[in-house]
Amino acid sequence: MTGKLIHSQVIFSTKFLIHIVSLFLLCDLYYQAVNDRLGADPVEVVLHFTGIGAFNLLLLSLTISPLAQYFKLPLLLKFRRLIGLYSFVYVLCHLLSFLAFEVQFDWHLFINEVIERPYITIGMLAILIMFSLAITSIPLIKREMGRNWQKLHNSVYLASLLVGLHFYWSVKSEIIEPSMYIGISLTLLYCRKKKIIRWFK
Amino acid sequence: MIKNISRKSSSWQLPEHQVTDEGVYLKRRSFLKQLGFVGTSALLSSSAQADWFSKNELTPFVTKPLSFKNSFKSEDVLTPEAKVISHNNFYEFGTSKNDPIENAQQFNVNPWQLNVSGEVGKELTLDYDDLYKLFPLEERIYRMRCVEAWSMVIPWIGFPLAQLIKKAQPNSKAKYVAFETLYDPKQMPGQSSRRIGGGVKYPYVEGLRLDEAMNPLTLMSVGLYGKSLPPQNGAPIRLVVPWKYGFKSIKSIVSIKLVEKMPPTTWNILAPREYGFYANVNPQVDHPRWSQASERRITSGGLFARNRIETMPFNGYEEQVAHLYKNMDLRKNY
Repeated sequence: MTGKLIHSQVIFSTKFLIHIVSLFLLCDLYYQAVNDRLGADPVEVVLHFTGIGAFNLLLLSLTISPLAQYFKLPLLLKFRRLIGLYSFVYVLCHLLSFLAFEVQFDWHLFINEVIERPYITIGMLAILIMFSLAITSIPLIKREMGRNWQKLHNSVYLASLLVGLHFYWSVKSEIIEPSMYIGISLTLLYCRKKKIIRWFK
Repeated sequence: MIKNISRKSSSWQLPEHQVTDEGVYLKRRSFLKQLGFVGTSALLSSSAQADWFSKNELTPFVTKPLSFKNSFKSEDVLTPEAKVISHNNFYEFGTSKNDPIENAQQFNVNPWQLNVSGEVGKELTLDYDDLYKLFPLEERIYRMRCVEAWSMVIPWIGFPLAQLIKKAQPNSKAKYVAFETLYDPKQMPGQSSRRIGGGVKYPYVEGLRLDEAMNPLTLMSVGLYGKSLPPQNGAPIRLVVPWKYGFKSIKSIVSIKLVEKMPPTTWNILAPREYGFYANVNPQVDHPRWSQASERRITSGGLFARNRIETMPFNGYEEQVAHLYKNMDLRKNY
């Protein structure tokens, strides 16, 4: 067997595993929630799980390039797009669950909440950014965009900060966990300090 | 678990199959935690691994059947018992809704002392048995509206706070009532760890105006669903003020003090713009970060339960309590 074949097999099976785990967790979550087996208030659990899940995946996708650089493992970069896309899938579930199960299609309430509540407003902003990143990760569109693609995709850093703020702002007093998430986001930004300094020059 | 004592079955009683077994809840949550996906809190929790194996070895808290008369009924569908005892805000035992049922099972409530002091003619000390014997117990089915915009319907058992206060003979200086939860960091992990306790300053304190405390609706509860309170719901004795947001209904009380000035209250200290002293349920006055106009009523049914309902002024107890707030600006006095 050639090295190249093993290489592509590793990529294939890792991607397969990412699909299985991400989808299994989501399907299982909704299956349990629909059958009222997710604690007293399945809506709260679904919102928390999809929100935290999306944030975990987003941060994981941002950890890949520093890791690949540090360990000289360019192979890792092959999984960045897929993990980023699953982060978007989770965030979409988060938004749709809020609409369908929290405000229960009360559009008036939904729009009011998005406009009047800063933590929901910035959450929506983050979703819009992530939506534009997901759409433009289609290879054809990516090619068309040329250098603009990278510019647009740099906004992922902004999204990670907005998501952290959204989390921090949504809790009543238990700020330690969201603070840690913000800390991780800032650390990941710090790994790219040269790149960021270049933008502002 | 102790068998429910026999009672006449009423229309509001749910068939048993609608109530999910408590064990199923616990397993489910542990499973999610094991996956390490609920958040970093799961990663940090050193006991997460131990829980998985040791849970069944620890004896769960034992509740006892109570005798009481039915006095305050409701047309509302009851929240199943399994949900009432597994979805709790009791930060002394952790900030997640399912933390208290997991962390409070070893809580010791006997012996207990509840002191009534301050501006009174006769100081009182109630011990554990007094809580159940000093006054006749009655069942009251109340709506419970949380400030987080969800609600339940709960059959409490207890006695009116007014009876206890009268017994202590308040003097003319008594204008307010100050309550305090047990402070025992050894038993309450949230009090010894900022991470578990959500950054709240302990002991938890609450307060009412004397006329609010004397209102016949205001209940000192020692039980729910026919049995004494489980620890996660505030054993052995807690306050229930059904027309106010749930955080006013302080749990596991050790001190009731009649005082002259408005006492400090825990959530008001923590975020004065978000939580007032009065905290009356009011659909007109939003929490700065979310709407209070409607709520999700937790009963049975899963994700597709269409449970969003309008929130009522004073949580539907307007007739009984609105007169207490005549000529008051309830936007200012939120």
